[in-house]
Amino acid sequence: MGLAFDEMRGHDGKAVRPAYGELDRWLKEVPADVLDYRRREAELIFRRIGITFAVYGEADATERLIPFDVIPRIMSGGEWRQLEKGLTQRVNALNMFIKDIYSGREVLRAGVVPEDMIFRNPAFRPEMNGQSVPHDIYVHIAGIDIIRVDADTFYVLEDNARTPSGVSYMLENREIMMRLFPELFSRHRIAPVENYPDELLASLKSVAPLSTPKEPNVVLLTPGVYNSAYYEHSFLADKLGVELVEGRDLFVKDEVVYMRTTQGPQRVDVIYRRVDDDFIDPLAFRPDSILGVPGLMSAYTAGNVTLANAVGTGIADDKAIYSFMPEIVKFYLGEEPLLKNVPTWRCREAEHLTYVLDHLPELVVKEVHGSGGYGMLIGPSASKIAIEQFRAKLKAAPDNFIAQPTLALSTSPTCVESGVAPRHVDLRPFVLTGRKGVRIVPGGLTRVALKEGSLVVNSSQGGGTKDTWVLDG
Amino acid sequence: MRIRIAHTTTYTYDAPPKSVTQVLRLTPRNHDGQYVLNWRIDLSRDSQLHQREGAFGNISHVFTAEGPFNELTVSVEGEVDTQDTSGVIRGTVERFPPALYLRDTQLTEADAAIIAFAEGIRAEAGADRLTVLHALLTALNEGFAFDTEPTHVGTTAAEAFKLKRGVCQDGTHVFIAAARHLGIPARYVGGHYCRTDEAAPQEAGHAWAEAYIDKLGWVGFDPTHGLSPTEAHVRVAVGLDYLGAAPVRGSRVGGGNETMSVAVKVTPATWQAQGGSWQTQSQK
Repeated sequence: MGLAFDEMRGHDGKAVRPAYGELDRWLKEVPADVLDYRRREAELIFRRIGITFAVYGEADATERLIPFDVIPRIMSGGEWRQLEKGLTQRVNALNMFIKDIYSGREVLRAGVVPEDMIFRNPAFRPEMNGQSVPHDIYVHIAGIDIIRVDADTFYVLEDNARTPSGVSYMLENREIMMRLFPELFSRHRIAPVENYPDELLASLKSVAPLSTPKEPNVVLLTPGVYNSAYYEHSFLADKLGVELVEGRDLFVKDEVVYMRTTQGPQRVDVIYRRVDDDFIDPLAFRPDSILGVPGLMSAYTAGNVTLANAVGTGIADDKAIYSFMPEIVKFYLGEEPLLKNVPTWRCREAEHLTYVLDHLPELVVKEVHGSGGYGMLIGPSASKIAIEQFRAKLKAAPDNFIAQPTLALSTSPTCVESGVAPRHVDLRPFVLTGRKGVRIVPGGLTRVALKEGSLVVNSSQGGGTKDTWVLDG
Repeated sequence: MRIRIAHTTTYTYDAPPKSVTQVLRLTPRNHDGQYVLNWRIDLSRDSQLHQREGAFGNISHVFTAEGPFNELTVSVEGEVDTQDTSGVIRGTVERFPPALYLRDTQLTEADAAIIAFAEGIRAEAGADRLTVLHALLTALNEGFAFDTEPTHVGTTAAEAFKLKRGVCQDGTHVFIAAARHLGIPARYVGGHYCRTDEAAPQEAGHAWAEAYIDKLGWVGFDPTHGLSPTEAHVRVAVGLDYLGAAPVRGSRVGGGNETMSVAVKVTPATWQAQGGSWQTQSQK
């Protein structure tokens, strides 16, 4: 792993890149105590509005603040347009792929993806087979995790097509930055992100069942207050101006979904659901789920309600499926992928496994179904014992793992104890797909690994967030 | 053989429920060796039955009955003509290639004990899949005691295998787990079994497995009886496990405690023309 590319100063660390020129001047002008004061103020605001998330597996604190870094991550308009093209292509291919595996299965027939990786995948839902969805859109909201290694090279690190979260941070971070640093804002022309809720709502309405008589009724289905992203669910429902409901607030009669209201049952047309497939209907999936709506799948199969995202989209989150994305893009679109994949070894393949076992100290190994930075090994920073423990896990169930080279994620200037220093970042843009195509609000959620040298940006592993600025022009 | 099937499920509630929603997989389809002459489902409450084809090609019905009521009855009645096909099942509605049926489910995951059992059978029976499956069938029929006490609908293959006892569902799950471990696609079949050999007719639904063998196709294996399905078997629904083929999955709002009683009668029917209509008659 070489020296990381710095978003502000490039590889050589000398010349400031144009997009960061104004920020660089500002950082030189602003007294350290002012920056520190604003930083504490930002934290106070976050605490007051109660934007929190839960960390699983920690007994003491169920909810915590995600640290917010006040120095924005900046992209030029040109960089963004390059990224936007790649994201649009990727999400179009994802939608075609998911439609295909639940209908004609051409991709399997052509041998592009091995059959057993689909059929034996827990995220594949046989119940979706032959089911049509409005406008053939399955992934209405995608969170595509992007990392950068040099001025021109962006890699997709992960596709999140199940129920991507984090967009509330994108919106809140922007709001707080505008409040705390109006003078810095006035020195830049920054593309807005505030229209995301409008874009999302328009997208959701555009995919209502074709039979929906009038203005579609959209609701947001949450697992409830104990879910780690509950704050985001209530925040988004509020911004969208739609009802926030739990499973018990909905019911199904004669293959139609209704919401219980004080004025009697009200028909529901589109459910932006933040409940996983497994829990969404106890009559179709896990019978012990109390978070879902009994009979929901019957209404869905009948075409009387749209679920966003569709059931069965989680298959795209699988990291072994991810490794086939370049071939998947070519297969459906006949184009070269604009966004690269991180080179990936599939441990299910004997040759790959041998290589991985021989090179554990230099690789990142991940569970194919894992997320949130849980259950992964970062070879270069792992102890010998941890590596040996992981080796045993790998040998026992190689199918469950993939491995990737340890990439030098780009860095971005960040407030730390000692002042301002580079820290590794990634980016999760949110890609909306509706009847009229793909829409991406310029920006996304930049996550930053606050510990020096750390490459893990996940909030569950102590990562923080930044506002992401895309410059106009 | 003509088989007459009648079963009634009665739910009694401590307190009247607000509503009851159920998904029913109670309707058989035709295939080689099975022809459905007539079939009907009746509900004691006035509600619409919506029919759909489910993921695995099963016919399912869904209904929501709105309360209050103290009792709900679901009755099924019909007649099916069957023929012995030596256990080979053809002409079924297939929505997936056999490879899908290698998929693990929570109820059919092979643990170390089932893996050892399956591999032991293969070591003895050799490479021929049909021989392996028959050996598996015999071993399960002999080593697994029928007992309605220790298991329930949520018992996994691993749990049942440890107990070495259970109902037809349990033996079937173990068979499926073992077959899949050996790389043989296998699935769960829910249906009925018509007893002709004993005084008492079969008083519950039945379950067995099907496994896929190249050149032959799907072949049935009934671990409870230690044989391949005969003309006494009526196939109703298939799935990856019990949950996927379950005759009833239900949910309700309110209702306190629920008591369920099931009356099943599966009997050979003789038919005779009388006044221009078909009549059926039970036989012991």
